[in-house]
Amino acid sequence: MSEDKQVRFIITRQDSPDNEPYTEEFNLTYRPNMNVISALMEIRRNPVNAEGQETSPVVWDMNCLEEVCGACSMIINGKPQQSCTALVDHFEQPIKLEPMRTFPVVRDLIVDRSQMFDSLKKVKAWIPIDGTYDLGPGPRMAENKRQWAYELSKCMTCGVCLEACPNVNDNSDFMGPAPVSLVRLYNAHPTGEMNKSERLEALMGEGGIESCGNSQNCVEVCPKGIPLTTSIAALNRDTSLQAFKNFFGSDRA
Amino acid sequence: MAENRDFMNRRLHSLLGVIPIGIFLIQHLTVNFFATRGAEAFNAAAHFMESLPYRIFLEIFIIFLPILFHAIYGLYIVFQGKSNTTRFGFFRNWMFLIQRITGVYLLIFIAWHVWQTRVQASLGADVNYDMMADILSSSFMLVFYIIGVLSATFHFSNGLWSFLVSWGITVTPRSQRIATYATAVIFVALSVVGMSALLSFINPDLANM
Ligand code: SF4
Ligand code: FES
Repeated sequence: MSEDKQVRFIITRQDSPDNEPYTEEFNLTYRPNMNVISALMEIRRNPVNAEGQETSPVVWDMNCLEEVCGACSMIINGKPQQSCTALVDHFEQPIKLEPMRTFPVVRDLIVDRSQMFDSLKKVKAWIPIDGTYDLGPGPRMAENKRQWAYELSKCMTCGVCLEACPNVNDNSDFMGPAPVSLVRLYNAHPTGEMNKSERLEALMGEGGIESCGNSQNCVEVCPKGIPLTTSIAALNRDTSLQAFKNFFGSDRA
Repeated sequence: MAENRDFMNRRLHSLLGVIPIGIFLIQHLTVNFFATRGAEAFNAAAHFMESLPYRIFLEIFIIFLPILFHAIYGLYIVFQGKSNTTRFGFFRNWMFLIQRITGVYLLIFIAWHVWQTRVQASLGADVNYDMMADILSSSFMLVFYIIGVLSATFHFSNGLWSFLVSWGITVTPRSQRIATYATAVIFVALSVVGMSALLSFINPDLANM
Protein backbone atom coordinates (compact mmCIF):
# COMPACT_ATOMS: atom_id res chain seq x y z
CA MET A 1 0.00 0.00 0.00
CA SER A 2 1.47 3.31 -1.06
CA GLU A 3 -0.74 5.37 1.21
CA ASP A 4 -2.06 4.31 4.62
CA LYS A 5 -5.81 3.87 4.97
CA GLN A 6 -7.37 6.80 6.85
CA VAL A 7 -10.23 7.02 9.31
CA ARG A 8 -12.18 10.27 9.56
CA PHE A 9 -13.79 11.44 12.79
CA ILE A 10 -16.18 14.36 13.26
CA ILE A 11 -16.29 15.18 16.96
CA THR A 12 -18.70 17.53 18.68
CA ARG A 13 -16.68 19.51 21.17
CA GLN A 14 -17.52 21.95 23.90
CA ASP A 15 -14.92 23.76 25.97
CA SER A 16 -16.95 24.12 29.16
CA PRO A 17 -20.54 23.60 30.35
CA ASP A 18 -21.46 27.16 29.30
CA ASN A 19 -19.67 27.29 25.94
CA GLU A 20 -21.36 26.68 22.62
CA PRO A 21 -20.66 23.28 21.03
CA TYR A 22 -18.70 23.09 17.75
CA THR A 23 -17.41 20.27 15.60
CA GLU A 24 -13.84 19.44 14.77
CA GLU A 25 -12.60 16.85 12.27
CA PHE A 26 -9.68 14.48 12.62
CA ASN A 27 -7.98 12.09 10.20
CA LEU A 28 -6.21 9.11 11.69
CA THR A 29 -4.20 6.30 10.21
CA TYR A 30 -6.22 3.09 10.24
CA ARG A 31 -5.01 0.24 12.39
CA PRO A 32 -6.63 -3.20 12.47
CA ASN A 33 -9.11 -3.72 15.34
CA MET A 34 -9.08 -0.02 16.14
CA ASN A 35 -11.94 1.12 18.38
CA VAL A 36 -13.29 4.56 19.19
CA ILE A 37 -11.34 4.83 22.45
CA SER A 38 -8.04 3.88 20.82
CA ALA A 39 -8.76 6.52 18.18
CA LEU A 40 -9.43 9.11 20.89
CA MET A 41 -6.16 8.09 22.57
CA GLU A 42 -4.39 8.63 19.27
CA ILE A 43 -5.88 12.14 19.05
CA ARG A 44 -4.76 12.80 22.60
CA ARG A 45 -1.23 11.69 21.71
CA ASN A 46 -1.13 13.93 18.67
CA PRO A 47 -3.86 16.59 18.87
CA VAL A 48 -3.82 17.82 15.27
CA ASN A 49 -7.11 18.27 13.42
CA ALA A 50 -7.91 17.49 9.79
CA GLU A 51 -6.74 20.97 8.72
CA GLY A 52 -3.35 20.17 10.18
CA GLN A 53 -3.75 22.66 13.02
CA GLU A 54 -2.69 21.88 16.55
CA THR A 55 -5.71 21.78 18.84
CA SER A 56 -6.57 20.87 22.41
CA PRO A 57 -6.87 17.12 22.98
CA VAL A 58 -10.44 15.80 22.97
CA VAL A 59 -11.50 14.63 26.42
CA TRP A 60 -13.78 11.69 27.21
CA ASP A 61 -14.64 9.46 30.12
CA MET A 62 -13.69 5.81 30.53
CA ASN A 63 -12.87 3.27 33.14
CA CYS A 64 -13.26 -0.49 32.67
CA LEU A 65 -12.69 -0.67 28.89
CA GLU A 66 -14.84 -3.81 28.74
CA GLU A 67 -18.42 -2.50 28.75
CA VAL A 68 -19.22 -2.99 32.40
CA CYS A 69 -18.86 0.48 33.91
CA GLY A 70 -20.83 2.63 31.45
CA ALA A 71 -18.53 5.64 31.83
CA CYS A 72 -17.48 5.83 28.18
CA SER A 73 -21.03 6.14 26.76
CA MET A 74 -21.44 8.63 23.92
CA ILE A 75 -23.37 9.04 20.70
CA ILE A 76 -21.59 7.34 17.82
CA ASN A 77 -23.13 7.93 14.39
CA GLY A 78 -26.39 8.95 16.04
CA LYS A 79 -26.69 5.98 18.40
CA PRO A 80 -25.83 6.15 22.10
CA GLN A 81 -23.46 3.34 23.08
CA GLN A 82 -20.18 2.52 24.81
CA SER A 83 -17.14 3.78 22.94
CA CYS A 84 -14.82 1.16 24.43
CA THR A 85 -16.55 -1.64 22.55
CA ALA A 86 -17.25 0.39 19.39
CA LEU A 87 -15.00 -1.10 16.71
CA VAL A 88 -14.16 1.31 13.92
CA ASP A 89 -14.71 -1.46 11.34
CA HIS A 90 -18.39 -1.61 12.31
CA PHE A 91 -19.12 2.02 11.48
CA GLU A 92 -19.72 4.01 8.36
CA GLN A 93 -17.19 6.77 7.72
CA PRO A 94 -16.90 9.50 8.77
CA ILE A 95 -17.53 8.48 12.36
CA LYS A 96 -19.43 11.14 14.28
CA LEU A 97 -18.92 11.38 18.04
CA GLU A 98 -21.23 13.47 20.21
CA PRO A 99 -21.85 13.68 23.96
CA MET A 100 -25.18 12.38 25.33
CA ARG A 101 -26.94 15.72 25.59
CA THR A 102 -29.69 14.41 27.82
CA PHE A 103 -27.11 15.00 30.55
CA PRO A 104 -25.24 18.24 31.24
CA VAL A 105 -22.05 18.34 29.18
CA VAL A 106 -18.92 18.87 31.28
CA ARG A 107 -16.49 19.11 28.40
CA ASP A 108 -16.27 17.59 24.90
CA LEU A 109 -17.59 14.03 25.27
CA ILE A 110 -17.81 14.00 29.06
CA VAL A 111 -21.27 14.31 30.58
CA ASP A 112 -22.43 14.50 34.16
CA ARG A 113 -24.68 11.54 34.95
CA SER A 114 -25.17 12.36 38.63
CA GLN A 115 -28.93 12.69 38.11
CA MET A 116 -28.96 8.90 37.71
CA PHE A 117 -27.16 8.46 41.00
CA ASP A 118 -29.67 10.79 42.65
CA SER A 119 -32.50 8.65 41.29
CA LEU A 120 -30.89 5.50 42.68
CA LYS A 121 -30.80 7.16 46.09
CA LYS A 122 -34.40 8.25 45.70
CA VAL A 123 -35.70 4.76 44.98
CA LYS A 124 -33.40 3.16 47.58
CA ALA A 125 -31.63 0.98 45.05
CA TRP A 126 -29.79 -1.06 47.69
CA ILE A 127 -30.50 -3.66 50.34
CA PRO A 128 -30.25 -2.31 53.90
CA ILE A 129 -28.39 -4.83 56.05
CA ASP A 130 -26.71 -2.53 58.55
CA GLY A 131 -27.75 -2.97 62.17
CA THR A 132 -26.35 -2.61 65.67
CA TYR A 133 -25.78 -6.36 65.88
CA ASP A 134 -25.08 -9.19 63.47
CA LEU A 135 -28.35 -10.02 61.74
CA GLY A 136 -27.07 -13.40 60.59
CA PRO A 137 -27.38 -14.76 57.05
CA GLY A 138 -30.40 -13.66 55.02
CA PRO A 139 -32.92 -16.02 53.42
CA ARG A 140 -31.66 -18.03 50.46
CA MET A 141 -32.71 -17.23 46.94
CA ALA A 142 -33.80 -19.94 44.54
CA GLU A 143 -31.17 -20.56 41.86
CA ASN A 144 -33.52 -19.88 38.94
CA LYS A 145 -34.61 -16.64 40.55
CA ARG A 146 -30.98 -15.69 41.14
CA GLN A 147 -30.22 -16.23 37.47
CA TRP A 148 -33.18 -14.07 36.51
CA ALA A 149 -32.14 -11.35 38.97
CA TYR A 150 -28.59 -11.45 37.65
CA GLU A 151 -29.82 -10.18 34.29
CA LEU A 152 -31.41 -7.15 35.96
CA SER A 153 -28.28 -6.56 38.02
CA LYS A 154 -26.19 -6.03 34.88
CA CYS A 155 -27.28 -2.39 34.67
CA MET A 156 -24.17 -0.18 34.64
CA THR A 157 -25.99 3.18 34.93
CA CYS A 158 -24.58 4.06 31.52
CA GLY A 159 -27.47 6.38 30.67
CA VAL A 160 -28.08 5.05 27.16
CA CYS A 161 -31.71 4.26 27.98
CA LEU A 162 -32.24 7.79 29.31
CA GLU A 163 -30.66 9.25 26.18
CA ALA A 164 -33.09 7.23 24.02
CA CYS A 165 -36.17 8.06 26.08
CA PRO A 166 -38.34 10.85 24.61
CA ASN A 167 -39.66 11.62 28.09
CA VAL A 168 -36.28 12.25 29.72
CA ASN A 169 -35.43 15.89 28.94
CA ASP A 170 -35.45 19.41 30.35
CA ASN A 171 -39.26 19.59 30.27
CA SER A 172 -39.75 16.57 32.47
CA ASP A 173 -38.30 15.29 35.72
CA PHE A 174 -38.71 11.63 34.72
CA MET A 175 -35.93 9.54 36.24
CA GLY A 176 -35.88 7.21 33.24
CA PRO A 177 -36.08 3.44 32.83
CA ALA A 178 -32.90 2.25 34.61
CA PRO A 179 -33.89 3.09 38.22
CA VAL A 180 -37.33 1.54 37.68
CA SER A 181 -35.77 -1.74 36.66
CA LEU A 182 -33.48 -1.66 39.68
CA VAL A 183 -36.48 -1.33 41.97
CA ARG A 184 -37.67 -4.58 40.47
CA LEU A 185 -34.30 -6.16 41.21
CA TYR A 186 -34.16 -5.08 44.85
CA ASN A 187 -37.83 -5.79 45.48
CA ALA A 188 -37.31 -9.34 44.22
CA HIS A 189 -34.47 -9.98 46.64
CA PRO A 190 -35.63 -11.85 49.77
CA THR A 191 -34.05 -9.29 52.10
CA GLY A 192 -34.65 -6.30 49.84
CA GLU A 193 -38.32 -7.23 49.76
CA MET A 194 -38.62 -5.98 53.34
CA ASN A 195 -38.44 -2.41 52.02
CA LYS A 196 -40.63 -3.07 49.00
CA SER A 197 -43.33 -0.52 49.71
CA GLU A 198 -40.80 2.24 50.43
CA ARG A 199 -39.31 1.78 46.97
CA LEU A 200 -42.75 1.65 45.38
CA GLU A 201 -43.69 4.89 47.14
CA ALA A 202 -40.53 6.50 45.76
CA LEU A 203 -41.45 5.34 42.25
CA MET A 204 -44.89 6.85 42.70
CA GLY A 205 -43.38 10.19 43.66
CA GLU A 206 -42.37 13.07 41.44
CA GLY A 207 -40.52 12.09 38.28
CA GLY A 208 -41.37 8.48 38.94
CA ILE A 209 -42.78 5.62 36.91
CA GLU A 210 -45.92 7.50 35.81
CA SER A 211 -43.90 9.62 33.39
CA CYS A 212 -43.21 6.58 31.21
CA GLY A 213 -44.97 7.09 27.87
CA ASN A 214 -44.35 3.55 26.56
CA SER A 215 -42.19 4.52 23.61
CA GLN A 216 -40.14 1.42 24.51
CA ASN A 217 -36.93 2.80 23.02
CA CYS A 218 -35.05 1.84 26.19
CA VAL A 219 -35.38 -1.88 25.74
CA GLU A 220 -34.21 -1.59 22.13
CA VAL A 221 -31.03 0.31 23.00
CA CYS A 222 -29.86 -1.11 26.35
CA PRO A 223 -26.40 -2.59 25.72
CA LYS A 224 -26.95 -5.13 28.49
CA GLY A 225 -30.22 -6.42 27.04
CA ILE A 226 -32.08 -5.66 30.26
CA PRO A 227 -35.86 -6.26 29.86
CA LEU A 228 -36.62 -2.65 30.81
CA THR A 229 -40.17 -2.49 29.47
CA THR A 230 -41.08 -5.73 31.22
CA SER A 231 -39.71 -4.24 34.44
CA ILE A 232 -41.67 -1.03 33.92
CA ALA A 233 -44.92 -2.90 33.27
CA ALA A 234 -44.29 -5.17 36.29
CA LEU A 235 -43.72 -2.10 38.46
CA ASN A 236 -46.83 -0.49 36.96
CA ARG A 237 -48.69 -3.49 38.33
CA ASP A 238 -47.00 -3.27 41.74
CA THR A 239 -47.61 0.47 42.05
CA SER A 240 -51.26 -0.03 41.03
CA LEU A 241 -51.67 -2.46 43.91
CA GLN A 242 -49.76 -0.13 46.23
CA ALA A 243 -52.05 2.74 45.24
CA PHE A 244 -55.13 0.65 46.03
CA LYS A 245 -53.60 -0.33 49.39
CA ASN A 246 -52.82 3.29 50.17
CA PHE A 247 -56.30 4.39 49.27
CA PHE A 248 -58.41 1.65 50.80
CA GLY A 249 -56.02 0.66 53.55
CA SER A 250 -54.58 -2.78 54.09
CA ASP A 251 -54.13 -4.99 57.13
CA ARG A 252 -50.66 -5.90 55.87
CA ALA A 253 -47.68 -3.59 55.93
CA MET B 1 -51.06 11.05 49.20
CA ALA B 2 -50.25 14.59 48.07
CA GLU B 3 -46.81 13.63 46.86
CA ASN B 4 -48.40 11.03 44.58
CA ARG B 5 -50.45 13.62 42.71
CA ASP B 6 -48.70 13.15 39.36
CA PHE B 7 -49.02 9.40 39.68
CA MET B 8 -52.74 9.60 40.42
CA ASN B 9 -53.40 12.12 37.65
CA ARG B 10 -51.55 10.07 35.10
CA ARG B 11 -53.37 6.88 36.04
CA LEU B 12 -56.68 8.73 36.00
CA HIS B 13 -55.82 10.12 32.57
CA SER B 14 -55.18 6.61 31.30
CA LEU B 15 -58.33 5.20 32.86
CA LEU B 16 -60.65 7.98 31.66
CA GLY B 17 -59.41 7.48 28.10
CA VAL B 18 -60.89 3.98 28.13
CA ILE B 19 -63.74 4.40 30.63
CA PRO B 20 -65.82 6.39 29.88
CA ILE B 21 -64.33 8.15 26.83
CA GLY B 22 -63.49 5.01 24.85
CA ILE B 23 -66.89 3.50 25.60
CA PHE B 24 -68.55 6.74 24.56
CA LEU B 25 -66.58 6.75 21.30
CA ILE B 26 -67.82 3.27 20.42
CA GLN B 27 -71.39 4.25 21.28
CA HIS B 28 -71.11 7.46 19.24
CA LEU B 29 -69.72 5.66 16.20
CA THR B 30 -72.46 3.05 16.52
CA VAL B 31 -75.21 5.68 16.48
CA ASN B 32 -73.54 7.32 13.47
CA PHE B 33 -73.50 3.96 11.74
CA PHE B 34 -77.30 4.16 11.50
CA ALA B 35 -76.65 6.64 8.68
CA THR B 36 -75.70 3.70 6.47
CA ARG B 37 -79.38 2.69 6.70
CA GLY B 38 -80.56 6.07 5.48
CA ALA B 39 -81.50 9.48 6.82
CA GLU B 40 -84.59 8.33 8.66
CA ALA B 41 -82.84 5.56 10.55
CA PHE B 42 -80.07 7.94 11.62
CA ASN B 43 -82.51 10.61 12.75
CA ALA B 44 -84.43 8.09 14.81
CA ALA B 45 -81.23 6.88 16.51
CA ALA B 46 -80.02 10.44 17.14
CA HIS B 47 -83.35 11.46 18.59
CA PHE B 48 -83.38 8.42 20.83
CA MET B 49 -80.02 9.51 22.28
CA GLU B 50 -81.30 13.06 22.67
CA SER B 51 -84.34 11.90 24.56
CA LEU B 52 -82.45 9.87 27.15
CA PRO B 53 -83.52 10.81 30.68
CA TYR B 54 -81.26 13.10 32.77
CA ARG B 55 -79.29 13.60 29.56
CA ILE B 56 -77.47 16.68 30.76
CA PHE B 57 -75.95 14.73 33.70
CA LEU B 58 -74.89 11.91 31.42
CA GLU B 59 -73.29 14.43 29.12
CA ILE B 60 -71.47 16.28 31.88
CA PHE B 61 -70.17 13.31 33.85
CA ILE B 62 -69.64 10.72 31.13
CA ILE B 63 -68.54 12.97 28.30
CA PHE B 64 -67.71 16.56 29.07
CA LEU B 65 -65.68 16.45 32.30
CA PRO B 66 -63.69 13.29 31.46
CA ILE B 67 -62.77 14.63 28.01
CA LEU B 68 -61.83 18.00 29.45
CA PHE B 69 -59.50 16.42 32.01
CA HIS B 70 -58.08 13.98 29.47
CA ALA B 71 -57.43 16.80 26.99
CA ILE B 72 -55.81 19.23 29.41
CA TYR B 73 -53.67 16.66 31.16
CA GLY B 74 -52.86 15.12 27.79
CA LEU B 75 -51.50 18.43 26.52
CA TYR B 76 -49.33 18.63 29.63
CA ILE B 77 -47.99 15.15 28.79
CA VAL B 78 -47.32 16.20 25.17
CA PHE B 79 -45.20 19.13 26.33
CA GLN B 80 -43.14 16.88 28.59
CA GLY B 81 -41.91 14.76 25.68
CA LYS B 82 -39.39 15.44 22.94
CA SER B 83 -39.99 13.08 20.07
CA ASN B 84 -36.90 11.41 18.66
CA THR B 85 -38.20 9.13 15.91
CA THR B 86 -35.50 10.35 13.50
CA ARG B 87 -32.83 8.92 15.79
CA PHE B 88 -34.81 5.96 17.10
CA GLY B 89 -37.24 4.80 14.42
CA PHE B 90 -38.71 1.89 16.37
CA PHE B 91 -42.36 0.91 15.93
CA ARG B 92 -43.41 1.82 19.47
CA ASN B 93 -41.59 5.13 19.29
CA TRP B 94 -43.67 6.02 16.22
CA MET B 95 -46.82 4.98 18.05
CA PHE B 96 -45.73 7.25 20.93
CA LEU B 97 -45.40 10.18 18.50
CA ILE B 98 -48.61 9.49 16.55
CA GLN B 99 -50.51 9.14 19.84
CA ARG B 100 -49.47 12.70 20.69
CA ILE B 101 -50.13 14.13 17.23
CA THR B 102 -53.62 12.59 17.06
CA GLY B 103 -54.27 13.77 20.61
CA VAL B 104 -53.57 17.39 19.72
CA TYR B 105 -55.55 17.09 16.48
CA LEU B 106 -58.48 15.62 18.40
CA LEU B 107 -58.43 18.54 20.81
CA ILE B 108 -59.05 20.91 17.89
CA PHE B 109 -61.39 18.56 16.05
CA ILE B 110 -63.58 17.76 19.04
CA ALA B 111 -63.81 21.41 20.09
CA TRP B 112 -64.98 22.31 16.59
CA HIS B 113 -67.27 19.30 16.30
CA VAL B 114 -68.96 20.09 19.63
CA TRP B 115 -69.39 23.70 18.57
CA GLN B 116 -70.91 22.65 15.24
CA THR B 117 -73.33 20.12 16.70
CA ARG B 118 -73.97 20.09 20.45
CA VAL B 119 -73.64 23.85 20.98
CA GLN B 120 -75.81 24.57 17.95
CA ALA B 121 -78.37 22.10 19.29
CA SER B 122 -78.61 24.00 22.54
CA LEU B 123 -79.07 27.16 20.48
CA GLY B 124 -82.10 25.57 18.87
CA ALA B 125 -80.69 23.81 15.81
CA ASP B 126 -81.84 20.29 14.99
CA VAL B 127 -78.98 17.79 14.94
CA ASN B 128 -79.95 15.40 12.19
CA TYR B 129 -78.85 13.77 8.95
CA ASP B 130 -79.34 16.99 6.97
CA MET B 131 -77.13 18.96 9.32
CA MET B 132 -74.26 16.49 8.88
CA ALA B 133 -74.85 16.22 5.14
CA ASP B 134 -74.68 19.99 4.98
CA ILE B 135 -71.43 20.17 6.99
CA LEU B 136 -69.79 17.39 5.00
CA SER B 137 -70.81 18.82 1.63
CA SER B 138 -67.73 21.02 1.90
CA SER B 139 -64.74 18.97 0.87
CA PHE B 140 -62.55 20.77 3.41
CA MET B 141 -64.88 19.71 6.22
CA LEU B 142 -65.07 16.20 4.84
CA VAL B 143 -61.28 15.85 5.01
CA PHE B 144 -61.25 17.51 8.45
CA TYR B 145 -63.81 14.94 9.66
CA ILE B 146 -62.13 11.95 8.03
CA ILE B 147 -58.83 12.76 9.72
CA GLY B 148 -60.71 13.48 12.95
CA VAL B 149 -62.48 10.12 13.01
CA LEU B 150 -59.32 8.20 12.08
CA SER B 151 -57.40 10.09 14.78
CA ALA B 152 -60.04 9.16 17.30
CA THR B 153 -60.04 5.46 16.43
CA PHE B 154 -56.24 5.37 16.41
CA HIS B 155 -55.87 7.33 19.63
CA PHE B 156 -58.38 5.05 21.35
CA SER B 157 -56.88 1.78 20.10
CA ASN B 158 -53.29 2.71 20.80
CA GLY B 159 -54.34 4.30 24.08
CA LEU B 160 -56.00 1.04 25.05
CA TRP B 161 -52.68 -0.71 24.43
CA SER B 162 -50.87 1.79 26.69
CA PHE B 163 -53.63 1.53 29.28
CA LEU B 164 -52.97 -2.21 29.53
CA VAL B 165 -49.26 -1.53 30.10
CA SER B 166 -49.69 1.47 32.39
CA TRP B 167 -51.97 -0.39 34.75
CA GLY B 168 -49.72 -3.43 34.72
CA ILE B 169 -52.19 -5.74 32.98
CA THR B 170 -49.90 -6.71 30.07
CA VAL B 171 -46.43 -7.19 31.52
CA THR B 172 -44.55 -9.70 29.39
CA PRO B 173 -43.36 -8.95 25.84
CA ARG B 174 -45.65 -11.69 24.55
CA SER B 175 -48.76 -10.27 26.22
CA GLN B 176 -47.86 -6.80 24.92
CA ARG B 177 -47.44 -8.17 21.41
CA ILE B 178 -50.81 -9.90 21.53
CA ALA B 179 -52.32 -6.62 22.76
CA THR B 180 -50.71 -4.87 19.78
CA TYR B 181 -52.49 -7.22 17.37
CA ALA B 182 -55.77 -7.00 19.26
CA THR B 183 -55.76 -3.20 19.36
CA ALA B 184 -54.78 -3.07 15.67
CA VAL B 185 -57.90 -5.10 14.87
CA ILE B 186 -59.96 -2.73 17.04
CA PHE B 187 -58.48 0.23 15.16
CA VAL B 188 -59.38 -1.22 11.74
CA ALA B 189 -62.86 -2.27 12.84
CA LEU B 190 -63.74 1.10 14.41
CA SER B 191 -62.28 2.94 11.43
CA VAL B 192 -64.47 0.97 9.03
CA VAL B 193 -67.51 1.79 11.17
CA GLY B 194 -66.60 5.48 11.36
CA MET B 195 -65.74 5.85 7.68
CA SER B 196 -68.91 4.11 6.46
CA ALA B 197 -70.97 6.48 8.58
CA LEU B 198 -69.13 9.56 7.30
CA LEU B 199 -69.48 8.50 3.68
CA SER B 200 -73.19 7.80 4.21
CA PHE B 201 -73.75 11.48 4.89
CA ILE B 202 -72.55 12.39 1.41
CA ASN B 203 -74.50 9.66 -0.32
CA PRO B 204 -77.54 11.24 -2.06
CA ASP B 205 -79.36 7.87 -2.23
CA LEU B 206 -79.32 7.52 1.55
CA ALA B 207 -80.43 11.14 2.09
CA ASN B 208 -83.89 10.35 0.71
CA MET B 209 -84.39 7.13 2.62
S1 SF4 C 1 -30.69 -0.15 31.88
FE1 SF4 C 1 -29.23 -0.60 30.23
S2 SF4 C 1 -29.17 1.32 29.03
FE2 SF4 C 1 -30.10 1.82 30.98
S3 SF4 C 1 -28.44 2.56 32.28
FE3 SF4 C 1 -28.66 0.34 32.71
S4 SF4 C 1 -27.26 -0.67 31.28
FE4 SF4 C 1 -27.48 1.44 30.55
S1 FES D 1 -15.04 2.11 29.73
FE1 FES D 1 -16.42 1.02 31.00
S2 FES D 1 -18.05 0.64 29.62
FE2 FES D 1 -16.58 1.53 28.33
